[in-house]
Amino acid sequence: MTKMEATRDGYGQALLELADNEKIVVLEADLGKSTKSLHFRKAHPERTVSCGIGEQNMVLVAAGMAASGYIPFASTFAIFTERAFEQMRNGVARPNLPVHLCGSHGGTHTGTDGSSAQSIEDLAIYRTLPNVTVIHPSDSVSTRVLTKQLASSPSPSYMRTARNKTPVLYDDVGEDVIQIGKGIELKNGSDVAIIACGVLVSEALKAADLLAEEGIHATVVDMHTIKPLDSKLIDAVSERCGSLVTAEDHSIIGGLGGAVAEHLSTTDGTPLERVGVNDRFGESGQAHEMLELMGLNAAHIVLAAKKSISRK
Amino acid sequence: MKGHPCPQTVVGGTMTTADELREVARKCRVHIVDMVYRAQAGHPGGSLSEIDLLTALYKTQLNVRPSEPKWEDRDRFILSKGHASPGMYAILAEMGFISVDDLESYRVLGGICQGHVDMKWCPGVDFSAGSLGMGLSFGMGTAIAARLDGSNRQTYVMLGDGEIQEGSVWEAAMASAHHELGNLNVILDRNRIQNDDFCETQMRMFDIPAKWKAFGWNVMEIDGHSMESIVEGLEFLAQSNDGPSILIAQTVKGKGISYMEDNPSFHGAAPNDEQYAQAMKELGVSA
Repeated sequence: MTKMEATRDGYGQALLELADNEKIVVLEADLGKSTKSLHFRKAHPERTVSCGIGEQNMVLVAAGMAASGYIPFASTFAIFTERAFEQMRNGVARPNLPVHLCGSHGGTHTGTDGSSAQSIEDLAIYRTLPNVTVIHPSDSVSTRVLTKQLASSPSPSYMRTARNKTPVLYDDVGEDVIQIGKGIELKNGSDVAIIACGVLVSEALKAADLLAEEGIHATVVDMHTIKPLDSKLIDAVSERCGSLVTAEDHSIIGGLGGAVAEHLSTTDGTPLERVGVNDRFGESGQAHEMLELMGLNAAHIVLAAKKSISRK
Repeated sequence: MKGHPCPQTVVGGTMTTADELREVARKCRVHIVDMVYRAQAGHPGGSLSEIDLLTALYKTQLNVRPSEPKWEDRDRFILSKGHASPGMYAILAEMGFISVDDLESYRVLGGICQGHVDMKWCPGVDFSAGSLGMGLSFGMGTAIAARLDGSNRQTYVMLGDGEIQEGSVWEAAMASAHHELGNLNVILDRNRIQNDDFCETQMRMFDIPAKWKAFGWNVMEIDGHSMESIVEGLEFLAQSNDGPSILIAQTVKGKGISYMEDNPSFHGAAPNDEQYAQAMKELGVSA
């Protein structure tokens, strides 16, 4: 039986594990129960700042604390971080202050709350900011490991976590395999490379199994860091496979698919098919229903892989 | 008392001391007009309205070290109305954080005096401002950090009156009172003019002191061009430690240059040659 956990739980666990460092502080905007920062609050209320339902203020309070030597982790829903985008741009990224913003409940996978809560543009917008690292981990273990690594980064970051449970992929893997800025090859095939992030990494693995049944051998990469993009790994899998697919629970515009396409435009132009939300909004539905409706699940990744191979 | 002992000047409200402050402010006004005239761009009006306040704050209250601008336990000053940068650069030069020659780099490529104050470029600047409505939130963060550090250091934030039309200012006002930040102090430059016109025509703000009181702040109104009144106000900030406090300073936009005073045209416009000569004359600078 596959172990299932939500990436937001890995985030909450990481904050607790980081707490020995007295410079770690947590900021909340009335969603600590959801983002999972509540565990830190319970253990360290004196280092947890409630900002009420005020995300713009929260991001800049974090900036002020970062400028005073603290390491702030501020979290709310991915969609609500977006209303503080300019604060993140002007007050955090521009002065390069190490504020770590976490948006939970990202993507259509977040489910039945519907389109108002399903951020499908967060990775794209934060990726445009100089100095900002953008991360979207695939499972609870990598979320915990990457969050802990962020604490020693001198620069700001945006991390998206997911509301719903997904398979744990790194239970038996040494933590040194998981490094900010380094994609992880989970399968090593030579016909097509599927580069995925977040909740679609496990769908990509399922797609690889389906393809294998047809004699097609796929590489699967967990590209948890969207920025800086691991372009060396993209070059390596492009050369080996000759065709690429990106897969993300995010708009096909500007996210992982956009980042890979931008990189390929500077190289030989390996065929690329992008699996993502096709420039539309979501609706209420269960996570698996949303992945089907939006064309993001394993079956759709298989189709995209075949199309990409056909373009070689 | 929550304030630091005054590092620079003993303030007793004596005429001599107030006169000294007025002389520093006069020199700062000369710098402001020089900078904006040289750059043929910038924001003289709000710099001239704030400069008496900045002068008294830096010279009588702010515990800072010009030779060690990043000293960790310094008081923080955040110019949230970051476009009024000539005023801040002028007082930073008079304090010795930067040189008077540095003022020539205002709005010049590669210059430390960026168009809007920037902590990455200029010594003594604690926040990269320029987008209105952000400084109070940042100041709330530095105030919480000071409290966590067990430090007595203070945070001062200067807001413009037009600026408080930004909704995020009120998020910060509410949150700062909730957290009972007695080490957070705001000075509101109530010059009654914003970019397009008088505030009254752009967005009426009704009873500003009542608004801050209702948000849980200690409030005092002062004359922002009377050094005696300003010093008294700064003492009020120093002694109010049960929560955040604000001085609402009644000021005149463009104060000190007759044709700029109370004139919305000089929110963001530079004087021409003739106007520059007149300004220098009014500021007591011989040709």
